[in-house]
Parts: sequence; C-alpha cells; structure tokens
Amino acid sequence: MSFRQSQSHNPFGLALRYVVIVTILLVFLFPIYWLFMISFKTPDEIYHAPPLWVPGQFQFSNYLVLFKDGDVIAIWNSLVVAGASSLLAVVFGTFCAYSLARFKTGGDNLAMWIISQRMIPPIAVVFPIFLIYVRFGMVDTHFGLILLYTAFNLPYVIWMMRGYIADIPLELEESALIDGCTRWQMLWKVVFPMARSGLMATAVFTFVFAWNDFIFALVLTRTNVITFPVQLSHYFGGQSNFWSRIAAMSVLGTAPIFVAVCLMQRYMVRGISLGAVKG
Amino acid sequence: MADVRITGLQKHYGGFHALKGIDLAIKHGEFVVFVGPSGCGKSTLLRTIAGLEDVSGGEIAIGGKVVNKMRPRDRDISMVFQNYALYPYLSVYDNVAFGLRARKMAEAEIHKRVENAAETLGISPLLKRFPRELSGGQRQRVAIGRAIVRQAQLFLFDEPLSNLDAKLRDEMRAEIKRLHRDIATTMIYVTHDQVEAMTLADRIVILRDGRIEQQGAPLDLFERPATGFVAGFLGSPSINLIPAKLVSRGGSAALQLRTGETLELPASRTFPGGERDIVLGIRPQHLTRAVEGEPSLGIARIAATADLIQPTGTRTFVTSRIGGVAVTAELSAHDVNEQGGSLTYTVDLNRAILIDPLTDRVL
Repeated sequence: MSFRQSQSHNPFGLALRYVVIVTILLVFLFPIYWLFMISFKTPDEIYHAPPLWVPGQFQFSNYLVLFKDGDVIAIWNSLVVAGASSLLAVVFGTFCAYSLARFKTGGDNLAMWIISQRMIPPIAVVFPIFLIYVRFGMVDTHFGLILLYTAFNLPYVIWMMRGYIADIPLELEESALIDGCTRWQMLWKVVFPMARSGLMATAVFTFVFAWNDFIFALVLTRTNVITFPVQLSHYFGGQSNFWSRIAAMSVLGTAPIFVAVCLMQRYMVRGISLGAVKG
Repeated sequence: MADVRITGLQKHYGGFHALKGIDLAIKHGEFVVFVGPSGCGKSTLLRTIAGLEDVSGGEIAIGGKVVNKMRPRDRDISMVFQNYALYPYLSVYDNVAFGLRARKMAEAEIHKRVENAAETLGISPLLKRFPRELSGGQRQRVAIGRAIVRQAQLFLFDEPLSNLDAKLRDEMRAEIKRLHRDIATTMIYVTHDQVEAMTLADRIVILRDGRIEQQGAPLDLFERPATGFVAGFLGSPSINLIPAKLVSRGGSAALQLRTGETLELPASRTFPGGERDIVLGIRPQHLTRAVEGEPSLGIARIAATADLIQPTGTRTFVTSRIGGVAVTAELSAHDVNEQGGSLTYTVDLNRAILIDPLTDRVL
C-alpha cells in the first residue's frame, strides 16, 4: 500500500511508470503498425531506403488485387470452417462437460483421458487422416475441415467447460428442475447463461486454433477450400516475396480475430455469478 | 394443496445408509418441521420428497399419487433453498416469473401473479433490480416469491434462514408463519435450529441417524420427550442432565446425586426394579431460587454456588455445579447478582424427567 502511494505521489516515479508502459506498447504495437503501413504502400515505397514511416498516399490497390484475383475467398473459407467448428465444438463439448461434471460420467479418469488426446502433435496424425479423408472423399471440402477442427477442439472445450460448470451452484439447477424445467431446458436457461463468460472465452480460443491452423489445412485442401494461412503462404515465393499482398492479406486475416476478441471482452468481466448465492 | 404419505423410505449413498425406513403422514395444510443435528438425514428426506434424490426403497405419495419415479417438475412442488438459488443474470421480476415461463403460462397471467407475489412480500419496488443489488433478506424474499407465485400444492424449505443474521431471521420467521396462515398450503421445513422448529411447526419431526426419533406438536415434544436426545435437542438453554442413582427410601423413590445429596421424588412417581443408575433431566426454567418456608411436595432444595452469571435482560442464566456437573438455571433478571456467591435452588421434581442411561429412553 505504502509502495503504491509513494509512487503515485512521486512525480519521478509516475514518469518512470509511463516511460516503461510506452516502451512496452511500442515494442508490441510496432509490428502491427508496420504491417498496416506496408499494406497501403506501393512496391517502391516498401523497398525504400531509409524506410518510410508513412506511405506518400494511402492507396488500396493491394487490397483490390486480392479481391480481383479472388484470393479473399480464403478469408471466407476460414470464417466458415473456424466458425462452424467452434460452434459445434462448444455446443457438443459443453453437453459432454456437463455430463462429466454433474453425472460423474467415466469416473475420475475419463476427463483426463479426453484432454490427453490434445497432447498428440497434429503432425503425427495428419498423414493418416489424409489417407482416411482420401478414402472417404473428404479432402478439399468444408465438411472435412469442420469435422477435423471440431474433433481437435472438443477435448479442450470439454476440459475447460467442465471446470466452469462445476463452479455453478448446484442449487440453481435443482431450483430450475423443481420450477418446471426439463434437463434440456435447464441447460439452456441456467447452465449456458451461467457459464456464458467461460463459454465465450473457450469459443474464441477454439476459433483462433481453427483460424490459425496451417498444417491440416495445407495437407487436406487443394483449391476449393484454401484457408487464410495456406493462402498467405502462397505469397512467399522462391524468387521473391509479395510483401504488398502479404501485408494486405494479413490485415484482412487479423481483423476477424480482433473483432472476436473485442466481442468476447465484455463477457470476460468477472462477477457475473455474484449474487447467485451468498458469498 | 395436498397431503404427503411416506412409507418405509430408504436411501443409500453407496455404503452410507442415510434414511433407514421413514414412515410419515403429513396432513393437507400442515406445517411440518424436520429438525435434527447435521447428518441426521433431514435434508436428504426433503430432497427425496422434492425428487432431487431418488429413493432406494419405500414409497412417497403426494396428494394420493405415488411420485417415486416422477420428475421434480411433475410433482407440483416449490422449494426455497438455503442459498436462495436466484439466477444472477435475471432481474427480480424474471426470477419470480421463471417457473411460470418454464410452464408456458400466458404473459398477462404471469404479470398478474408476479405483481401479487411481490405485493405480498413487499418486494414490488425491487422487481427491476438484479439479485446482486439486493441484501440477504431481500434475496430471501425473492426466493420465497418465486416459490409462492407457482401456487404449488406443496412447499419445501431447506434451511432458508440460516444465512441471515439473527434479527432478520426473526423477522423472516414471522413472515413465513404469516405466509402459511394466509395461503394454508402444506409446508415442509428443514432446519437445525430448534427455535425455528418450535415457533413455526404444527408438528415437529425429530430425526436422528436416518430415523424418526419422535414427532408431535412442539409443546408436547418439549414437555414429554420420549428420549434424552429429544429432551436435549429442544429448549434453550438446553436441559440439564445430571447423573444420579435411583434408590428407594422409606417406600418412596429418591435420587442420590454423586455429590451425596438426596432428592426425594414425589410419591406419584414410582419405578419398578431396585437401585440403578439414572440421568436426571431438569430444564433450566425448573430450577428457581428458593424462598423461605417449607418446600411443597416434589420440590427439593440444593445449595450451590453461582459460578457464572449471564444476564440476557429479561432472564439471567446462572451456571452452578450440582451433582458433579455444570448446571444452568434460568432465573429472574435480578435473582442473583454476585458471581461466586452461594444460593439455594429449588428443583421442581414434578417436571423433571428421568432417563435410562443405557437405552436413552425417558422413564
């Protein structure tokens, strides 16, 4: 307490704090700033020495090219695949987690076994999965990727949601059952709203996993369902790198994650369950 | 509104035998309180009636219908929980309306009922608030509102007042009693607080180790306990239990305390058998300060020291050693003022109980 007070009352201490904060911010924000700037530069400006902090003119041709050539379909593919798989993983994972948390399904060990599935490195299974997918005609389909990401995210969702559900006071559920809910109604009306902040955070993490996945998407897609990371990798050529496209595509690819995190933030506020029971 | 009939109810949790054959009939409109120490099975019994626990054996019937296999929602009951169980993400209005909406009632009817319930409980100004903005007492009112709005045939209360402070508890207790008078629904109430049990109940059911120890009207149980356990559970301060020996003296029976005093029992109280160990049970109210003159029949006198004096305002509790144990007497406020002073008690043996220490039965 005294430490804090002396800092806020001492002008030197306060200044020092701001210097540290600004330095850290610069380190973290500079690459993002640079990425944005490149996406608006002409090729000449990109390779200009000394580097230009701001392009001479904000021009959108780098973005327009992506739209004209149809490259942005990769963003759409990623949205579909990551969105659908996150939704499925969160819904089914939550049901499963409820069962584990409340009915003690599988005893003490099933939950551990489920999360252990997540310990397998993707690269170890990607080729067997590829062979299976070839056999079932699922290569280069939205369905194939959605199924895979759902399966990969389920253990994580189950593990996380099990903890959130266990924290919900049992009396809230019992009260709902007596008041007239069936178990399914009770799940929708009590468990989902009570676990909402955990649910949102988990959903964002599963979304980010599917969004950022490179290895599965690279192996399991050809031309139809190219996702954002795979598309981005096409711009790194043997002879030259298309920096303008890389930058523009990266900005487009970062935006959905940025929006998702912003939306999630308000659910992350603690204390949503305050007042449910006496603390 | 309904009667409840429980026959031969058994409940096992793995190896733990929680309810060991409960037989109980509760009349329509009755206020029954289950009371007992922690782990006696009172909450388990309530939860099996609610359908939150399945039964291992026996039968539960509500309103003449066997409900053993019925889901909680189909039993037409409402329940108030110890921790209120309010949904933090819903307003007070939505909390109270929750059960009605789950049953797909028309919004107009819901509105009418919620307003009525809020009026009854004095929570109308709070309807737009959220649970976190309410005090403990207000939350408890909302929880009760959610129960009464359903107009169920059976009300269950699971220690609803134990999270409130003493003053609020007294208020809410009166409120619940008034509620029962007004809506006259069958109510079952679980508590470990004997004052709540005494003040609220039409009938008290005392449980011990998964069995019904004794049941009856509050004053009946208080005045005529069947066992030492019941005698010790009801009454505050609790009954004094003094080990003694039952001896016969000149045709009538007498009690010999370990410290040597002999208390002559009234002639009306005769006991078969010879000399034996016994426990004398005297309520603190039946120990009074002796006045001048000869004691009347069945009244004994014992000299003691006032070791500890605890005034409560109206009454004063005095602790002394009698027969080798600490004994509490409830005297008038100004009867004793001097800590460590000596005094003489009169013991009303007409109202004392004698307990067999081997069986715990009252003789």
